[in-house]
Amino acid sequence: MAGSNPNAKPMDLTLKVWRQKNRESAGSMVTYPVKGISPDMSFLEMLDVLNEDLLRGGQDPIAFDHDCREGICGMCSLYINGRPHGPERGTTTCQLHMRHFNDGDTITIEPWRAAAFPVHKDLVVDRSAFDRIQQAGGYVSVNTGGVPDANAIPIGKSIADKAFDAATCIGCGACVAACKNASAMLFVSAKVSQMAMLPQGKVEAKTRVENMVAQMDVEGFGACSNTGACAAECPVGISLENIAIMNREYLSAKATSEHVA
Amino acid sequence: MNWFTKTFSSTLGRKFIMSITGLFLCSFLVVHLVGNLTLFRQDGGEAFNIYSHFMANNPIIRTMEFVLVAGFLFHIYDAIVLTRRNKAARPVGYANSHPEQNSTWSSRNMGLLGTIILVFLLVHLWNFFVPARFGELEGVPNADYLNLYSEVVLAFKNPIYVALYVIAMVALAYHLIHGFQSAFQSLGLTHKKYTPFIQKFGYAFSVLICLGFAAIPLYFFFFV
Amino acid sequence: MILDSKIPEGPLAEKWDKHKFNVKLVNPANKRKYDVIVVGTGLAGASAAATLGELGYNVKAFCFQDSPRRAHSIAAQGGINAAKNYQNDGDSIFRLFYDTIKGGDYRAREANVYRLAQVSVNIIDQCVAQGVPFAREYGGLLANRSFGGAQVSRTFYARGQTGQQLLLGAYSALNRQIAYGKVKMYPRTEMLDLVMVDGKARGIVVRNLITGKIESHSAHAVVLATGGYGNVFFLSTNAMGSNATAAWRAHKKGALFANPCFTQIHPTCIPVSGEYQSKLTLMSESLRNDGRVWVPKTVEIAQRLRKGEIRVSDIKEEDRDYYLERKYPAFGNLVPRDVASRNAKLMCDEGRGVGASGLAVFLDFADAIKREGQPAIAAKYGNLFEMYQKITDENPYENPMRIYPAVHYTMGGLWVDYNLMTNIPGLYATGECNFSDHGANRLGASALMQGLADGYFVIPYTIGDYLAQNPTAKVTTDHPAFKEAEQAVIAKNNQLLSINGSRTVDDFHKQLGHIMWDYCGMARNAEGLQFAKGEIRKLREEFWRDVKVVGVNEELNITLEKANRVADFLELGELMVEDALQRNESCGGHFREEYQTPENEALRDDENYAYVAAWEFTGVGNEPVLHKEELKFENVKLTQRSYK
Repeated sequence: MAGSNPNAKPMDLTLKVWRQKNRESAGSMVTYPVKGISPDMSFLEMLDVLNEDLLRGGQDPIAFDHDCREGICGMCSLYINGRPHGPERGTTTCQLHMRHFNDGDTITIEPWRAAAFPVHKDLVVDRSAFDRIQQAGGYVSVNTGGVPDANAIPIGKSIADKAFDAATCIGCGACVAACKNASAMLFVSAKVSQMAMLPQGKVEAKTRVENMVAQMDVEGFGACSNTGACAAECPVGISLENIAIMNREYLSAKATSEHVA
Repeated sequence: MNWFTKTFSSTLGRKFIMSITGLFLCSFLVVHLVGNLTLFRQDGGEAFNIYSHFMANNPIIRTMEFVLVAGFLFHIYDAIVLTRRNKAARPVGYANSHPEQNSTWSSRNMGLLGTIILVFLLVHLWNFFVPARFGELEGVPNADYLNLYSEVVLAFKNPIYVALYVIAMVALAYHLIHGFQSAFQSLGLTHKKYTPFIQKFGYAFSVLICLGFAAIPLYFFFFV
Repeated sequence: MILDSKIPEGPLAEKWDKHKFNVKLVNPANKRKYDVIVVGTGLAGASAAATLGELGYNVKAFCFQDSPRRAHSIAAQGGINAAKNYQNDGDSIFRLFYDTIKGGDYRAREANVYRLAQVSVNIIDQCVAQGVPFAREYGGLLANRSFGGAQVSRTFYARGQTGQQLLLGAYSALNRQIAYGKVKMYPRTEMLDLVMVDGKARGIVVRNLITGKIESHSAHAVVLATGGYGNVFFLSTNAMGSNATAAWRAHKKGALFANPCFTQIHPTCIPVSGEYQSKLTLMSESLRNDGRVWVPKTVEIAQRLRKGEIRVSDIKEEDRDYYLERKYPAFGNLVPRDVASRNAKLMCDEGRGVGASGLAVFLDFADAIKREGQPAIAAKYGNLFEMYQKITDENPYENPMRIYPAVHYTMGGLWVDYNLMTNIPGLYATGECNFSDHGANRLGASALMQGLADGYFVIPYTIGDYLAQNPTAKVTTDHPAFKEAEQAVIAKNNQLLSINGSRTVDDFHKQLGHIMWDYCGMARNAEGLQFAKGEIRKLREEFWRDVKVVGVNEELNITLEKANRVADFLELGELMVEDALQRNESCGGHFREEYQTPENEALRDDENYAYVAAWEFTGVGNEPVLHKEELKFENVKLTQRSYK
């Protein structure tokens, strides 16, 4: 069919995949050979092929999270060959294509590793900690209806663009997976700084940053060592500057807010 | 816990303390190095001994000594607390991991670098601070100060000491290369205009300070 | 059964306001006595759950993904329409209404569509207030772009990620209610049945996808916001998990399914590259603002290109056929989606397609890059170009993109009245899950509008009207109706697990997809549809005889999840074919080859088919019963759609 690279030859690969029955049981790396992989396949399509083979042989297929396969829903994960979302920068696993691997390669596939992201099964982890952090304050407290006209709140283009750059976070958790401390700073700061930049978000900025950081700590994520691994591995390029903005927001909120408890 | 202790026991609060104490310790390094440079004066140690006498007796310096000790203690204590927390945040590690592809070695090994510096610091205090402060040094004839200079000359003829000092200064350089600019990030002091300067300045600062310190033992070992 | 659409009396522009006044209200103190279940957390579900929580109802929200933020609304790229007329280019509520009715080829209800256009302006206000970072002009005001099927610029956007930003806005509102305790969220939980007590929807049976536990939840009303059923085709732009199970199982409990054959095939998708293909990726329609669609003028040139004897750059300007500009000079490359898709198919059927398979046409930005410069084009479409390059390994700044139509959206869905309630009292359907607003074809940037309109601004009013007329007394999940539904779900799962056949679920799904695409896709005819019906029946029987589902129910079991969904697709596919068969006309996304103008345009039959086809389930394998809701057009004149 219309493969983009007609010269690309099918590849044979060896996969080493983390298998774990459920949250309680111990897991281990299991080796699977896969044959005849087209370079135009996506990484997840390659796993589909393996899973179909496993199924036909009556074996339990490998569970992994995925949904949109367009790089936007943030559901896919996988620590591939020592890096979150694999070797390509700015790419989610679902948008990683097999043309970036070579015939005969051995590929290791592991789940995100963090105390705050316990493994459900195989490569599927529980990222509900992210939701709880957002619930702690990642919103503007407006009810539906009764809001001003959209153009009543002018926002400079550069601010709107910067806010968008932060808001583009897909919540996949690659930042946590990449960080040596399993820190969630990049994820949390993206929302904090998006809201802090916009006039709509400024009203509750202090409470928001205090509560979101507190929840982040409760969830058991590590602290930030400013290694920059998170931003380097972020598939949508969330900037480290957001962490600085969050630090600033947090310190000034703690110094000036009226929450004494 | 009240808001104050809550703030400074949060991950962000502890990083705030790490950066404030870190930058304060950087300022100490500058003062210390400026004083130590008197060792290069060809005056038989007179300027250095006067300087060390001043440091040991000036009331403001003596007061600052407590602040300095507190700075070290907070820096070390928070480093330990944070490191333990960070380890606990990933109880199961990766079988195959390539962090070198997304971050610098020094940024990932601040704890190791800090530990080397701490070991050095203890040896260093034992060598110079303890004798200077607790009076095991001999006096300088016709002067009211002690001869720390002769102690320095003696110590830096020992190749093991010299090697330890040089290694420690390399560790300090790497610690500072990451730590200096990282402190500004932790304090939220970033700006398109100034951050590039801070990063370059931090790099130059780290290298020059450590070169300055390392030059002293090497100078005494080879040339005095 | 008489279908009562409950459209309010009075002039079109006053219907909604009057209705809002006439609906019964639940007083604030009583709202907390009512429980509402919302299934699905995309734009329609998250906005409804959040708003109902704000009003004071106790809401339980469900999604099968690991977080409500992952719902497939997130993948919508281009934008959201609203009749703000910020551009002073002649837009109005009536024009948005008119464009939507016309774009839908006159197969939608006037009253619903007018209401949609009315509340569209509130949606933008709401989203901006939530902090959604829409694109802005240098002066700080909101920017707009134009979109297919419209001659005004009314589309608000956030780069190529409008759906993401709107969904995250709704997700944030939902989070706020979760934090307040007004919404209880159940992620990784899939609805497997609707429970009715005394003829009213009173709850659902779900499976916890982690533990496999089958559980019941009761409420006073159930809102299904579970999206469309495009994955019947296996290959579509839907997410891998998008499914029809909630809607289909409600249908099997008595909810009518309307216009199932109205499927939208999106014209600008990345072509299929191989058998292993798991999904298709859409490139926003906004690309057609600057890209020019063309194929080689002759079959011979196309053949040489496909064989690699010549390159694209070797084809001279006069040998390129910009067929949309040629055939539709007024709208050019911005004709509605169905027209653009069908023409691409026509070109490929003629043998003028490009790419190794010949199943693609070019979308060329060379002129736009020449005119505006690469940076300007990159600023508008950078992320789309990047995505294209990632998937195809080709640089679209240098070579024209290759695109082909793909299944994208389903206009059909559960039949609902003006209140968005299905024919089952207390069961509502919102967003893509219902059939209501897009007729036979949806215009670009209208899905986001409809989802949020339903959730933020329609259901909060209409559900109150129903609840106010029903007692606050709760039913417990110990009620026999719940136990019975649970047992049926368990039995079905056990059956799937016990077949232990030889073919995988995906295998069946792919085969179903091929049948649907070949016979019930961009062009259909009676003969093919008859054939497809038989094939689907055979395939369904084989599925229940020979499918292989491994593992047990009491675990995270991805095969069991899929098997349940595909089992439903196999039934729904047949209904789609049935519906396409009865509609002896062409309209919008439904193109029957027997009914076309001499210029190959869709030929509607307003005399006989200006109705909504609402199907009643009568048992698997039995002929469904057709109910017709006549569509009355009092404010627009039915004309042959023309984009020339």
